[in-house]
Amino acid sequence: MTTLPEKTERKLGLVIDLDTCVGCHACVVSCKGWNTENYGAPLADVDAYGKNPVGTFLNRIHSYEVIPEEGTPQLVHFPKSCLHCEDAPCVTVCPTGASYKRYEDGIVLVNESDCIGCGLCAWACPYGAREMDSVEKVMKKCTLCVDRIYNENLEPDDQIPACVRTCPAGARHFGDFNDPESQVSKLVTERGGIDLMPEQETKPVNKYLPPRPKDTLEEIDILAPLLKPVAEKPDTFIGWLNKQLDKI
Amino acid sequence: MHPTPSVIIFTALSGLGFGLLAFLGLQMPDVTGGVAFIFFAIGFGLAVGGLISSTFHLGRPERSLKAFKQWRSSWLSREAIAAIFTLSVMAIYAIGRIFFDYDIRILGVLGAILSLVTVFTTSMIYAQLKSIPRWNTKLTPVYFLSLSVGGGALLAGQIKFCLFFLIIAGLFQLIVWIKGDRALELSGTTIGSGTGLGTLGKVRAFEPPHTGTNYLLKEFVYIVWLFFAEAEHVVGLYYGKR
Repeated sequence: MTTLPEKTERKLGLVIDLDTCVGCHACVVSCKGWNTENYGAPLADVDAYGKNPVGTFLNRIHSYEVIPEEGTPQLVHFPKSCLHCEDAPCVTVCPTGASYKRYEDGIVLVNESDCIGCGLCAWACPYGAREMDSVEKVMKKCTLCVDRIYNENLEPDDQIPACVRTCPAGARHFGDFNDPESQVSKLVTERGGIDLMPEQETKPVNKYLPPRPKDTLEEIDILAPLLKPVAEKPDTFIGWLNKQLDKI
Repeated sequence: MHPTPSVIIFTALSGLGFGLLAFLGLQMPDVTGGVAFIFFAIGFGLAVGGLISSTFHLGRPERSLKAFKQWRSSWLSREAIAAIFTLSVMAIYAIGRIFFDYDIRILGVLGAILSLVTVFTTSMIYAQLKSIPRWNTKLTPVYFLSLSVGGGALLAGQIKFCLFFLIIAGLFQLIVWIKGDRALELSGTTIGSGTGLGTLGKVRAFEPPHTGTNYLLKEFVYIVWLFFAEAEHVVGLYYGKR
């Protein structure tokens, strides 16, 4: 069914901290690795060792320069993957029912054996979170590592999405947004987590924490009076000597 | 936007074909026998040819029958159903006209209405996409329908209708261009809202997420052919377009 559930039991998703992300792309690599070896069709690479390598990725890191009205520009690394929207436009456009949003946890998934590869869901997604696999010819997207988070064969520490598990900076957090006591809900409240493109009315589940304001140093100048030049303009013998040396 | 050529062929041809079928259903021109056969052949050729060509852009065309399932939410599914229903109704009507010189009036009128409904569903596939502000307007179905009726009248040799509807289509084309140029701007979606960084200052794409290219750039950012070239998918913003 490609109609959306009105409400989901749990609301699993990610919080991505733009203040902490260092842009190392480790999450991209771990995502590619896990999702190539596990659930669904592998993520294709074409011409991987040639001149024009192209591949399918479920998570990509852009970098943006933010130029404030005053002060110095800031570089912000910006991981982008499926936001598992509550009003996911990619789901309702699907003609076959291959795209769906789960009632139990809100994860948006593609049933790859039903996907006809028409690409309309990728057109409907304003975030560019879906990519057509050029080898398998089906639509690929973030599964929130559905094959890790419920996988009891893994250590409890590993039962979180690969990108969250691998992030060396601790910039990615996973949890249930329906639970106000969860770490992700608290982070969103404390740090003012935001939706991407709220005007598109997709109600994204994943939230982004904006960079914290930069520190400003107040002018503390205890030693400055002592460092003042003794004379603004040298005169007497030193002045004469200085002049003669300048002439040389 | 840069869809495969088959999508472009489909959008142009099937609109024209269903437009012609609509006029044939209303007995404009009032033809039977061999002449009717030629007219219906052109109408069905364009409509069916367009539909078949549209399956070429599918990654998995062998599963295309599954596309009839989700009519409750999906305009693409509705289009598939409307197209098949229209073609079936018109086929019965055409057989009557060609072989038996018989006019099943109710089927003709129904077929004509269904033809326009099919064009409407096609247009809604584009008009529903909020991610492409230029298409996300009520003008899109009006524009598609006026082109289809105008083109259909042209093929059906209905000169008065043709002149009228093509002028209307031309006017809508102008409005679509003029309004469309500001659609992305007026949608409020910018790289600032896309990254949430707009409140901190001006946002500029500094580095793309890869050294090569990717599906998104190929599909949405590189452009081709009028209607699709102008589309401006908001994903382009993430790559520093606009």
